[in-house]
Amino acid sequence: MALEVMAKAAAPIPLELAFRVEPGELLALVGHSGSGKTTLLRTLAGLWRPEVARVQVNGSTWLDTAGGVDLPPHQRRVGVVFQNYALFPHMTAAQNVASAMDHSSRSARAVEAERLLELVNLHGLGGRRPAQLSGGEQQRVAVARALARRPQALLLDEPFSAVDSSTRERLYAEIIALRAHLSMPVVLVTHDMNEAQLLADRMVVIEAGKMVAEGPTGTVMSDPGALRAMGIREAAATVPATIESHDSEGMTRLITSGGPLWLPRVEGVPGSRVRVRIMAHEVILARVRPEGLSAQNILPVRIIDLQAGVGPAVMVRLAFGDDTILARITHRAVRTLALQPGDEIHAVLKSMSVARDHVIAGAPAQVVQ
Amino acid sequence: MDWTALGLSLRLAGWTVVILLPVAVFSGRFLAYRTFSGKGLVEALVMLPLVLPPTVFGFYLLLAFGANSPLGQFWTSTFGHQLVFSFQGLVVASVIFNLPFAIQPAQRGFEAVPVDVREAAACCGMSPLRSLWRVELPLAWPGLMTAMVLTFAHTLGEFGIVLMVGGSIPGETKTIAIAIYDSVQGFDNEAAGTMSAVLVAISFFTIALTYWLSARVGRRLG
Repeated sequence: MALEVMAKAAAPIPLELAFRVEPGELLALVGHSGSGKTTLLRTLAGLWRPEVARVQVNGSTWLDTAGGVDLPPHQRRVGVVFQNYALFPHMTAAQNVASAMDHSSRSARAVEAERLLELVNLHGLGGRRPAQLSGGEQQRVAVARALARRPQALLLDEPFSAVDSSTRERLYAEIIALRAHLSMPVVLVTHDMNEAQLLADRMVVIEAGKMVAEGPTGTVMSDPGALRAMGIREAAATVPATIESHDSEGMTRLITSGGPLWLPRVEGVPGSRVRVRIMAHEVILARVRPEGLSAQNILPVRIIDLQAGVGPAVMVRLAFGDDTILARITHRAVRTLALQPGDEIHAVLKSMSVARDHVIAGAPAQVVQ
Repeated sequence: MDWTALGLSLRLAGWTVVILLPVAVFSGRFLAYRTFSGKGLVEALVMLPLVLPPTVFGFYLLLAFGANSPLGQFWTSTFGHQLVFSFQGLVVASVIFNLPFAIQPAQRGFEAVPVDVREAAACCGMSPLRSLWRVELPLAWPGLMTAMVLTFAHTLGEFGIVLMVGGSIPGETKTIAIAIYDSVQGFDNEAAGTMSAVLVAISFFTIALTYWLSARVGRRLG
């Protein structure tokens, strides 16, 4: 059930790219606003037709401008979560979900709608209209409605942009949990690199309609060339961790493959798994283990490689237990410390440098190579 | 009190609404969703009956429906009687001069349906016809309701065009508005007063009904 896409257009936005999403894989299409990522999503849904394009899902062709095939949206088995959800205001949550199931009988629809609402943690709210639901609840209804059609591809258009940040963190965790139930390719359009890194298996970076980078999330997020479009300051790595304990001062001690990690309070009971996004520019490197430092995390690491980009900085990939973290330091620092691949050194990370929304509950996303 | 005239007026208004409802839905929807060159011209043409003096409009309709016009000849040869000075002629004239009252509010109604909601309907697997029935009509309903009420009330009150195209044939083309005029001409102020009061009551009732219904819809969507 892979999704294969190729699109070329000159207007309204120049577009030229091709990619493939495997079943069960979550691909993030990232780019600034106006880069063409939403236009591309609309192409997949059948809401927009570029001059030259081909969209194939599971071997069946939805769009092929060369072959004269262009199925309208209602004939494509697609699930779409719109940026502002686009719920039907005159229907209840359950009716919204059931409205995408015209293929089945009335009683089957009601049962399935109830099951889907439960899946998105909206049990008992099926009778409410969208106006009576919070932003986060509306987003969950939109997700349930998109799944109701048993889509062959699930498309998410900036689905977290219309809610406040604490709701967003909860919805991230829910999407990660929901993925265990999804077997179709999922495409997430976002301009938020944190969101893309925490949720996606693979990333496609779009700049002015062109694909400037493509690959597994960890690889793209450590590649200075790939990150140029989104800003090199977004470079970061994710590290899986397990909550060990919370202390009385509001700190949480996590266990990672490379050792303990102290962070400001992370929600979750001891034993639950999380992923932590560590920004490359927040990591300091030291030859010898520093003493008398306020930073709470001094991590033993080994240099994997050093990659120079344009400008004064070098990206250093570091082995931290079984995981990889990144440090972005200056050429000057590399020279003074005489850093070489294979060197055993120390990485320093302030607890406070890890933002609240850079920690996400849930097991690591599956990695499809 | 001329009950025949009142009945005729209600029948005329009813037929006009029944015929204009699908016209309003499809033209209003088309004008709301599409942009094309000459759209402004089409919209101006639809609005024309609103600004023309009824006598001018009635005069042109009279020419268009007359025994010498192609439409008049076709009508006479098909149905065996003239289109002018007949109830059917009144209905056709009424449909035409009510176009702005029906299409304009319907167009506003469909314009109020957000684009992404329409797109979501398609992405939920609804065909265009199903989307119209399940999503667009319920959301455009206040506009359509206004269109129908305005058409109904306006038909009851129309005078000039009815007189030009229909004359004043009792039971055929003599509507309540014309009956009131005839009563006043005949110094029967009592009959004119009763009929005017009935017309005021009916008009007030229909308008009040629309406000009540749209307030209900507003609460539902609020």
